Amino acid sequence: MDMIDRRLLDEYQHDLPLDPRPFAAIGRQLGIAEDEVIARLDRLRQGGTVSRVGAVVRPNVAGASTLAAMAVPPEWLERVAALVTDYPEVNHNYQREHRLNLWFVVACVDRAGIDMVLADISRRTGLKVLDLPMLEDFHIDLGFGLQWT
Amino acid sequence: MTHLLDDIDRAIIVATQDGLPLVERPYDSVAADLGIDAAELRRRVQIMLESGVIRRIGVVPNHYALGYAWNGMTVWDVADADVAAAGAALCGLGFVSHCYERPRLLPDWPFNLFAMIHARRKDDADQLVVRAAQALGVMNRGHRVLYSTRILKKTGLRLKGNGDVPPQPIPARA
Repeated sequence: MDMIDRRLLDEYQHDLPLDPRPFAAIGRQLGIAEDEVIARLDRLRQGGTVSRVGAVVRPNVAGASTLAAMAVPPEWLERVAALVTDYPEVNHNYQREHRLNLWFVVACVDRAGIDMVLADISRRTGLKVLDLPMLEDFHIDLGFGLQWT
Repeated sequence: MTHLLDDIDRAIIVATQDGLPLVERPYDSVAADLGIDAAELRRRVQIMLESGVIRRIGVVPNHYALGYAWNGMTVWDVADADVAAAGAALCGLGFVSHCYERPRLLPDWPFNLFAMIHARRKDDADQLVVRAAQALGVMNRGHRVLYSTRILKKTGLRLKGNGDVPPQPIPARA
């Protein structure tokens, strides 16, 4: 990763130009050709450094979601984690250091869908599922500054 | 901030949730897929940016791939009356990527404010938690940090459900 890659990652998290040819506009700012901007972003995406180039949408503006937590006995963790991950409605699933050791996000087209998924997981595992929907979203204006070491 | 999304707006969100195509004219490409005019698509994206429905549009880095291996979910118990001020204080720190108020579920869960932090090393992550606690001062009645020990699944926003099922109409936010 060179200086140009770092600038692509640092300086274009927020304002991809709404220009018919946004990568040409970025190329003009960075002093490189449009096709090189595209090739670099494609390489960063293939390599996993960039998740995607696109929109970050405010949670719950289209569809509904919640954060769910479970206290899973350690000897069941693998099985329960696999069961949870298997739901297409689950898009994040993390093991965390706490008595509540399994945390996952459930997203559906509406709240009724979420209720069904949570009830189903609880029924299949016999475990309580905590439902922690977002009540307020505090906006991050500054973005997340990357530090290069 | 109120902005009623119509079916075309929702279709734009669904069509771009995995990212724009990396081609010379990405907006034209998405517009053609949706059967709308490219200028109309850019106009709608601009309106959704201004209303906050779309937070931002750009390069979305993968913190893990960049070496930010320590993902900490910091959770705080603050008085309901202090939540807005505490949330604003955490957002202003510059190292919090997401900050949400969520319900307490007593007795299982006493924390009502969640803030995600990311660091390359555990020591750095711990230091960020200390700085966050200092920023909250007396508003902080108790906190924990839950580091992730394993990512079991991480995919982007999915509104479509199973791959074979055509996109469903998405009801407006209640």
